[in-house]
Amino acid sequence: MAEPIISFQDYGFQYTAQAEPTLHHINLDIYPGEKVLIAGASGSGKSTIGSCINGLIPFAYPGKSTGKLTVGGMEPEKSSIFVLSHTVGTVLQDTDGQFIGLTVGEDIAFALENSCVVQDEMKRIVDEVAKLVDIEHHLQYAPHELSGGQKQRVSLAGVMVDEVKVLLFDEPLANLDPAAGRMTIELIDRVQERTGAAVIIIEHRLEDVLWRKVDRIVLMDEGKIVVDMPTRAFLSGNALLEHGIREPLYLTALRYAGIPITEELEPQHVDSLLLTDKQIAMVQDWYQSAAKEREGKKEETELLKVEHLSFGYTAEIMNLRDVSFTIKEGEMVSIVGRNGAGKSTLAKLICGFEKPTSGSIYLAGRDISGDTIKERAQRIGYVMQNPNQMISRPMIWDEVEMALLAGNMTAEERTERVEETLKICGLYPFRKWPVSALSFGQKKRVTIAGILVQRPQMIILDEPTAGQDYHHYTEIMEFLKELNEQGFTIVMITHDMHLMLEYTPRAIVFSEGELLADTTAAHVLNDPELVKKANLKETSLYTLSMKCGIDNPQRFTERFIEYENEKADLER
Amino acid sequence: MKKLSVKSVVAIGIGAALFFVLGKVAIPSPVPNTNISLQYSVAAVFAALFGPIAGLLIGFIGHTLIDATSYGPWWSWIIASAFFGLVVGFATMKMHVEEGVGKKEIIFFNVAQAVAHLLAWGLVAPVLDILIYAEPIEKLFAQGLMASVSNIITTGVVGTLLLLGYAKTVVKKGSLTKED
Amino acid sequence: MAKAAILSYIKRKSLVHELTGTTKLIFFILWSVASMVTYDTRILVGMLLISVLVFKVSKIRVRDISVVLGLAAVFLVLNNLFVYLFAPEYGVEIYESRHVLLRIAGPYTITAQQLFYHLNMTMKVICVVPVALLFIACTDPSEFAASLARIGVSYRAGYAVSLALRYIPDVQREYQNISQAQQARGIDLSSKDKFFTRLKNSVAILLPLVMSSLNRIETVSNAMELRGFGKEKKRTWYVQRRMQRNDWLVIGFVVVILVVDLVVTFWDGSRFFNPFL
Repeated sequence: MAEPIISFQDYGFQYTAQAEPTLHHINLDIYPGEKVLIAGASGSGKSTIGSCINGLIPFAYPGKSTGKLTVGGMEPEKSSIFVLSHTVGTVLQDTDGQFIGLTVGEDIAFALENSCVVQDEMKRIVDEVAKLVDIEHHLQYAPHELSGGQKQRVSLAGVMVDEVKVLLFDEPLANLDPAAGRMTIELIDRVQERTGAAVIIIEHRLEDVLWRKVDRIVLMDEGKIVVDMPTRAFLSGNALLEHGIREPLYLTALRYAGIPITEELEPQHVDSLLLTDKQIAMVQDWYQSAAKEREGKKEETELLKVEHLSFGYTAEIMNLRDVSFTIKEGEMVSIVGRNGAGKSTLAKLICGFEKPTSGSIYLAGRDISGDTIKERAQRIGYVMQNPNQMISRPMIWDEVEMALLAGNMTAEERTERVEETLKICGLYPFRKWPVSALSFGQKKRVTIAGILVQRPQMIILDEPTAGQDYHHYTEIMEFLKELNEQGFTIVMITHDMHLMLEYTPRAIVFSEGELLADTTAAHVLNDPELVKKANLKETSLYTLSMKCGIDNPQRFTERFIEYENEKADLER
Repeated sequence: MKKLSVKSVVAIGIGAALFFVLGKVAIPSPVPNTNISLQYSVAAVFAALFGPIAGLLIGFIGHTLIDATSYGPWWSWIIASAFFGLVVGFATMKMHVEEGVGKKEIIFFNVAQAVAHLLAWGLVAPVLDILIYAEPIEKLFAQGLMASVSNIITTGVVGTLLLLGYAKTVVKKGSLTKED
Repeated sequence: MAKAAILSYIKRKSLVHELTGTTKLIFFILWSVASMVTYDTRILVGMLLISVLVFKVSKIRVRDISVVLGLAAVFLVLNNLFVYLFAPEYGVEIYESRHVLLRIAGPYTITAQQLFYHLNMTMKVICVVPVALLFIACTDPSEFAASLARIGVSYRAGYAVSLALRYIPDVQREYQNISQAQQARGIDLSSKDKFFTRLKNSVAILLPLVMSSLNRIETVSNAMELRGFGKEKKRTWYVQRRMQRNDWLVIGFVVVILVVDLVVTFWDGSRFFNPFL
């Protein structure tokens, strides 16, 4: 075999600002042309490995390293971040942060400009690379005119102008809707075929990355490599569950049906699965052994009613067209659709941040069109995606109390209300802490507490779990589920299909400003036409059920969710 | 002159963008027809974090963009904004905000911003206005004094709270053993 | 918050648009200098006429920039008013003569000299406005950084301008989002709250905005370093255009104006043209 292009030998690293090392005894070789997935929960050190490879460590993040690391035959510490950038091209998670130029063309050319390439040559290379990633018709576009997926293609083009030998992707799927994520994975595959570069993908959304062939999976936990195996062998083990990563759904379903995952099963992709007749029968049996349909809570009282709502930021373009639906008290609902479909606009209209062009909104039967933002906020709470965008007081108590200070409660009433809210949110023991000492998930709780303190009847959350690993995802979602069980009505804007399936019985689907469907979550993902129109993605459960000759994939999906819930109930 | 680091270049760019956006936000002040200038609070904090050159260019670029997109540039005040950033940056060079903000730092920051505002609006802007636009001295110094006072109060309250907030949110990170 | 009236690049085909950014930048700077230096009425009238002409050539319509012109007008009126209130005899001082046209009350009279001074001051400002507006409206923002570099500004400082233009929309959107979310928690900046409460309230928006901007600075500077920014002493520019004949003509023209301006203005040892003596 050829020489590895990247080689870690008993490598360790400690950030100057940290009290303990982040990486311990890393041994890892990556060969030219390989495609490797580095998985792990947040805080496992997987991003740090990426920073070691592209030279951000030690040049942007100083620290102490032990052992040996070579990248393209060089030792990063004796080289420079610039020299390394000709070997390793990095596509960062934040596509807006990486999009530096004012237009697509300029951004792709950025690295060439820095290398003083003459203009004619530069234009030639940009055109060529833009074609490769399929963005050649958008060279004049500004970043805010592009979708997340398109921005990511620009980022990729921007590092490919250097003919790099390694392409490094840091959580490429975090900010994309499901269909755009799938296209990204396909694009990475195509680019690798054409260029022969080694590809490293750092990501915890395993199933999505495995949509295209991956040679090897490296699993990290607590700064160590715990598994490093070819994909097929890796999936046959139990490593994932033990280290807080979610297994592909089709494999979980097989396990539920009592089928052990072995290499013979070809488990690396739902399409490659080789199921024996006996195994297919096992899946069918499991499907048919469904418990009686569970009695869902029957919510009858209408809470929110939206009628013929239309809105446009400018007179020419309507962002929302004639939208009508109702939400009942105590429901937990998902609002899904691609980026820019009108989901966030809808939330802004409901909260009164924007005024509708036409149509009306009723809350508990009363038209709230005339209510101010403040008045609506007493009854409808809105939680932004990123808690850091909401937290404005250094101390938890102050942050939660903030909304009450504007009202006319007495100090005692406020104290009582804050204490009660902190207890609901499981934050009471931390009430005297600074916000900075909390994890992301806990911060999210603080922002939710800051909203709940006003005792709204309904909470709207924008992407509550975006960018979170399975552990944090579960933590946040279980908390929301508890709140829902306590009687709060919860509406979530999301493009996480797992979330929709697992936690919300009902989903409202948007596409290009119109309400496309209002139905059960399981139905949404098993209606191929709907999936396509809304830029969603059918789950692998759909494919699996087809493979096993089950003619009602929707029911199969529901069965899966029911089984999971039963299991969770038992564990409680 | 020392080369600007990449980080400074970015801090200047994004600092100027903030300066611009805040300069365009109209928050009414107690004096009729005037607005609270929040942009100087952010400029002062960025100058304290990224140094005098960054402060100077944030003021200069930010203010030029505000003027150029509204009614044409009024150079004397643009230069005064740049001067403000420069002075705050210089005065706070020895102050290490990343290592925590206590009483001493707060007093220091506020003396720096007050002196910088006084010089910028009470001296630099009016003198330039006399030189360039030959405006009457009485009007300029009255205007300058009013601007100084309102900016000193605004930066004193908002800038100080921002600095404290920054110190409390960011500084702790390094001392923690693990984020979660 | 109402949509802020912000002037931006208006793409059209015109002689002004075809000039390189560098030419327009040089024109803009030298023109500003020329207007700042002089108080000579003859020069100011000439510059005013030329700037109106340039505006015609640019194919930018008055209604494209009506909001901005309105702002400029308000600014000018207020400024004139303040000057008059504080120094009603300033014109008399400058032009060393006094022709009273109208008495109002107390020290306030209207003199021909004062009016002439106001006229000059106003022209001085007005003759820059069209040129400044055109510079923004007819120059592709992508050309700014390259233009600055060409006239000798370090490319690092020039790129900071480009970054500011790049991230203004993002920062604006973020400000809007944060401020809406905080409004829902009772934070209000426009209300009749006390001044200090309003200041304190503004921190609830600014602190998250500043923190997230600091994060952004980190990401963007990493991304730039990873793609080799600052590697060489120079850099090339994707959008830079070659100087054409017209560019040199325009630059020559503005240099001539500046020279004429300096000569006429200082020939007799005074910045002011005095028709009263």
